[in-house]
Amino acid sequence: MTMTRQPGTQESAATPDALAVDGVSVRLGGREVLQDVRFSIKPGEFVGLIGSNGAGKTTLLRVILGLLPASSGKVTVSTAGVGYVPQKIQLDPDMPLRARDLVGLGLDGQRYGIPFPSRARRKLVDEMLRAVDAEHIGNARVGNLSGGEQQRILIAHALISRPGLLLLDEPLANLDIASEQEVVALLGRIAREQRIAVLISAHEMNPLLPVMDRIVYMAHGRAASGPTDEVVTGERLSELYGHHVDVIHVHGRVLVVAGRGEGLDIPIEHSGAHAADGA
Amino acid sequence: MFSGFMTDTWIVATMVAVVAGVVGFFVVLRGSAFVADALPTGAFAGAAGASLIGVNTLIGLGAFSLLGALGIGWLGRRARHDVAVALALVVMLGLGVLFLSFTTEYAPEIYSLLFGEVLGISVNEIAPVAALGAVCIVAIMVMYRPLMLSSVMPELAEARGVRAYRIEMCFLVVLALATSMALPVVGALLIFSLMIGPPAAARAVTNRPLVAMGLSVIIALATVWIAIAVSYHTDWPVGFFVGVIAALCYAAGRAWTAVSQTRLTRVAEPSALPVEAHQ
Amino acid sequence: MGHVFRAVIEPGFFTSSPVHVALLAGGVVALVSGVVGTFTVMRGQSYAGHALGDLSATGGAASFLAGISPLWGFAGTSVVAAGVMDMIGVRRPRGRDLATGIVRGAGLGLAALFLYWDTTRTSTTGAPITILFGSIFTIGSSMIPAIAVLSIVAVGIVAVLYRPLLLSSVSTDLAVVRGVPVRVAGALCLAAIALAVSLSAITIGAILSTALLVGPAAAALRLTSRPGLVLVWSALIGIAATWIGVLLAYDSYYWPPARQGWPVSFFVVVLIMLFYLLAQVVGGRIGRDSRNGERACSQAS
Repeated sequence: MTMTRQPGTQESAATPDALAVDGVSVRLGGREVLQDVRFSIKPGEFVGLIGSNGAGKTTLLRVILGLLPASSGKVTVSTAGVGYVPQKIQLDPDMPLRARDLVGLGLDGQRYGIPFPSRARRKLVDEMLRAVDAEHIGNARVGNLSGGEQQRILIAHALISRPGLLLLDEPLANLDIASEQEVVALLGRIAREQRIAVLISAHEMNPLLPVMDRIVYMAHGRAASGPTDEVVTGERLSELYGHHVDVIHVHGRVLVVAGRGEGLDIPIEHSGAHAADGA
Repeated sequence: MFSGFMTDTWIVATMVAVVAGVVGFFVVLRGSAFVADALPTGAFAGAAGASLIGVNTLIGLGAFSLLGALGIGWLGRRARHDVAVALALVVMLGLGVLFLSFTTEYAPEIYSLLFGEVLGISVNEIAPVAALGAVCIVAIMVMYRPLMLSSVMPELAEARGVRAYRIEMCFLVVLALATSMALPVVGALLIFSLMIGPPAAARAVTNRPLVAMGLSVIIALATVWIAIAVSYHTDWPVGFFVGVIAALCYAAGRAWTAVSQTRLTRVAEPSALPVEAHQ
Repeated sequence: MGHVFRAVIEPGFFTSSPVHVALLAGGVVALVSGVVGTFTVMRGQSYAGHALGDLSATGGAASFLAGISPLWGFAGTSVVAAGVMDMIGVRRPRGRDLATGIVRGAGLGLAALFLYWDTTRTSTTGAPITILFGSIFTIGSSMIPAIAVLSIVAVGIVAVLYRPLLLSSVSTDLAVVRGVPVRVAGALCLAAIALAVSLSAITIGAILSTALLVGPAAAALRLTSRPGLVLVWSALIGIAATWIGVLLAYDSYYWPPARQGWPVSFFVVVLIMLFYLLAQVVGGRIGRDSRNGERACSQAS
């Protein structure tokens, strides 16, 4: 059974990339945090950036966003805009901002001057809230929202300006299973319907398998990208990790295990928490 | 400078410095900077009120400091009400101004309560101050181990049966007494500097608690002695010297830390092992 | 009805010229503090505001020595202090920062020295009171233009940077991604805080200016979640506290025990506290109903 989702419409090779990462390396504190990362994403593709903590996922995202300079290499974004959903934001319950205000700031947070209420803007915000299923919490204070609700508002905030590329930093990390599935389904739907290129980082690939078109797998600052079937193999990943790893398929889930079975076998990604049926 | 009436000042100042050095060590350790800032303000109002009704200022000081300490301890337990406490402090200051405005010697009183007064110590204050000081030192010695434990590793302390709330309250009471002692000499606005500067500097130099405490006392003594001596000769206010010397000590401590850290070679971050200590 | 009116408001209140100035200056300053204070609390910079207030006392004291109007002393020192704080990265000091406290102490020590020189070397009396606790009834009408200018600048900064500041307070990353010049905005906001604090140093004193900066804003936060409304409430509460404070201080002129009036700053500060407590009570009920409808799924965060 293959792990690669068959996309509904095939992207032709001639469609320009939404994002092209070309030989990006980053050196921090005397250490190569990213080494020669290269991959590209086309509009409407859903790509999972998978790796354990410390593999370099957040660093890569920050370079793509322009928050961190690369020591070498180039990042080309050729879309109307980039939307970003950070993993978590610092939120005081005291912060006087409603969910709909935060979403609205996705449209014009960088504009100067006093905003005048406009019906068109309000409509857009309402639409966005509907799209992420958050209409009922539109007037709630952002600091009072649960983790999952905050996430949806952040997604709405990122999407309202109709970007061509959407980056999400570990959006599934703090969610329970039900919310996880909802967010993944939501993102998959948005990517397809609005032809947005989506790059979502996670330390487990299994929840993303249903919607992921391709994978960028990272370990020790190095990346291997391509169709999931081709990348998540024992040979490819062993090469990436620099030591032997095995890829095991169990009931439609993927387990990446280090070691040779003689002593301790160390799973690199736990899938045990997700006892759901074949993803 | 060492003649008759100044002897009292030296004695009281020395006791104040010793207590400030010891108690301040724990203030810095526990991060109770806010409280060290807050108590003197309440004490100011108490002193003002006491002077108004003709009671010994030390009693007014002590009473209001204790009330303030208990209030803060109680409030701190319920919720993080930073703004409420900050406002309460300002109200205390306002009350202090009010009380003093009823007296005829308005301006000088305010001045000496806020910034300290070298000549204001009378011989019949030595005994009560000494008593307060002795109580503080003895209390700290008795509480030393549970206090250290609950300051540095609160969960471990709880496990060992050290009730954090009780320790906190006891410490706050000690702090209140120390504040009452120090206020007449150093002034309400500068007690903070005396209790924070020397210990912070001491901690920058050494990590060993008893050594740091001793060093903190020595630095506090030096600060107070120099301040009084120079103040006596120039007629300039004691508070000025305390504030400036404390700042210099703190800066020296920070400089020392910065210098000794650049000497250590930066250890490269350990490469991410495939073993995931899962969260 | 006329009796009540006359009982509450002593005769001569509305015709007294110092009262006019006090109401005007106090009102404007309260408005500025309320507006800028909202951003202060939102960005968790209340302690920075507190420190700037105390540091401005140093400048105020120095201004007496230099013979210039205290407003420039307050404003000059606090803006410079804000610049230094921003440079050394004290941009978002949550909680009590030791370094800020030490600098405050040094500044206050310096203020002590200047005030001492004020009383011994100049002919001005009561400098400590004026600097530390305000002098709203003795603001010369010549200061009004200066107050107006500084007020416009302070409010102007936060008006222009309204949305960028909101966004960067929630998340610097999100703001940077949208192209907001986060560092510059932060520095300008700190400068606005410095100006607001200096202005309220004139009316209620450097030491107490924090109350006008933080109190009304904190109270307003309990009353509503809409950012625009918070600003409005914050300004209104500040103005109310100041005006009622002026009234009470005027009325208190013949009160015991000294029969020379109770200090305005005392009233203003107590009123702010009362409004804050009131807002806690009123807002507690409102805050819970801030969502329309129930949560679709209760999720463990």
